[in-house]
Amino acid sequence: MNIWLLIILMAMVTFSIRYALYARANSIKLPAKLEQALKFSAPCVLTAILVPAVLMPQGELTVTFDNPYLFGAIIAILVALWKKNILLTIVISMGCFFAYKWLLL
Amino acid sequence: MLDAVPLIVGGIPFGIIFGTLALNAGLDVWQTMGMSSIVFAGSAQFVAIGMLATGTSIGFIVATTLIVNLRHLIYAASMLPHVKHLDQRWRIPLGFLLIDEVFAATYPRYLNHAQDKNNHWHYLGVGVAFYVSWNIATVIGIFFGATIPGIENWGLDFAMSATFIGMVIPHLVNKPMIAAVLTSAVLSIITYQLPHKIGLVISAIVAMAVGYYLEQHQPRKKT
Repeated sequence: MNIWLLIILMAMVTFSIRYALYARANSIKLPAKLEQALKFSAPCVLTAILVPAVLMPQGELTVTFDNPYLFGAIIAILVALWKKNILLTIVISMGCFFAYKWLLL
Repeated sequence: MLDAVPLIVGGIPFGIIFGTLALNAGLDVWQTMGMSSIVFAGSAQFVAIGMLATGTSIGFIVATTLIVNLRHLIYAASMLPHVKHLDQRWRIPLGFLLIDEVFAATYPRYLNHAQDKNNHWHYLGVGVAFYVSWNIATVIGIFFGATIPGIENWGLDFAMSATFIGMVIPHLVNKPMIAAVLTSAVLSIITYQLPHKIGLVISAIVAMAVGYYLEQHQPRKKT
């Protein structure tokens, strides 16, 4: 299997998706409704990525005490609500995540 | 540029696991670096090496890359009004750098500091900072992957979830946004089994529609 071919094709596909709209940005006019809806894009996409990562770390729904990802996420949510500081959220929740994981073993 | 620091802290552990796993999946050192530096698409890179390890053909992996990265189209559409005054010399690198973290750090700035003329420098700075750190993290992963067995089981991937939580929570200031995010959360679980992670795109689009609908139909507080 030619991995370099794969890498080049992946790069082309990825860049095309990101650049396609930018390339013709002057001639594309999005409907006002769509622009309004896009305000919700970042939180919705990030949520759709992170929720399965936290609740289904092994591919199956795991809402139990032996899921350190869920524990870490709850800590992260609490810290983020408390301080709204991303760096602090990452550092504290990762610390708790690793501590919890270590305690479980 | 300080906006980029949390992303880098959250991204480095993720890049390290990528470097580790890519070698295990059969890529050599240069191919692993090539993926991080030329493709530069975290989740698609993980999916690709996962599929390589199970012997999937190139065509399928490329098709999956397309679907996994469809969400970037949503980002590009969101950014469109803010980049169209720039010439192509700017748009090409900005397009290349349009990943989850960079978009999430940059887009709120465009909304909150709309009149600032230098927002594209901020976008570029955050993007380049993340790009460099992602590639350094991949190198670290390549190096440590061989010397520390089992590093991929440490749970370093939790860093991504922690970063994203830190980015989402500050948005939850009104009911339409809260409803949209909860919709996305529930749908992402329900649609998880769909192939090629397409459930992610479906969840986000339906959730955006929910948020938009509620915003249009809520009683206006300010006129």
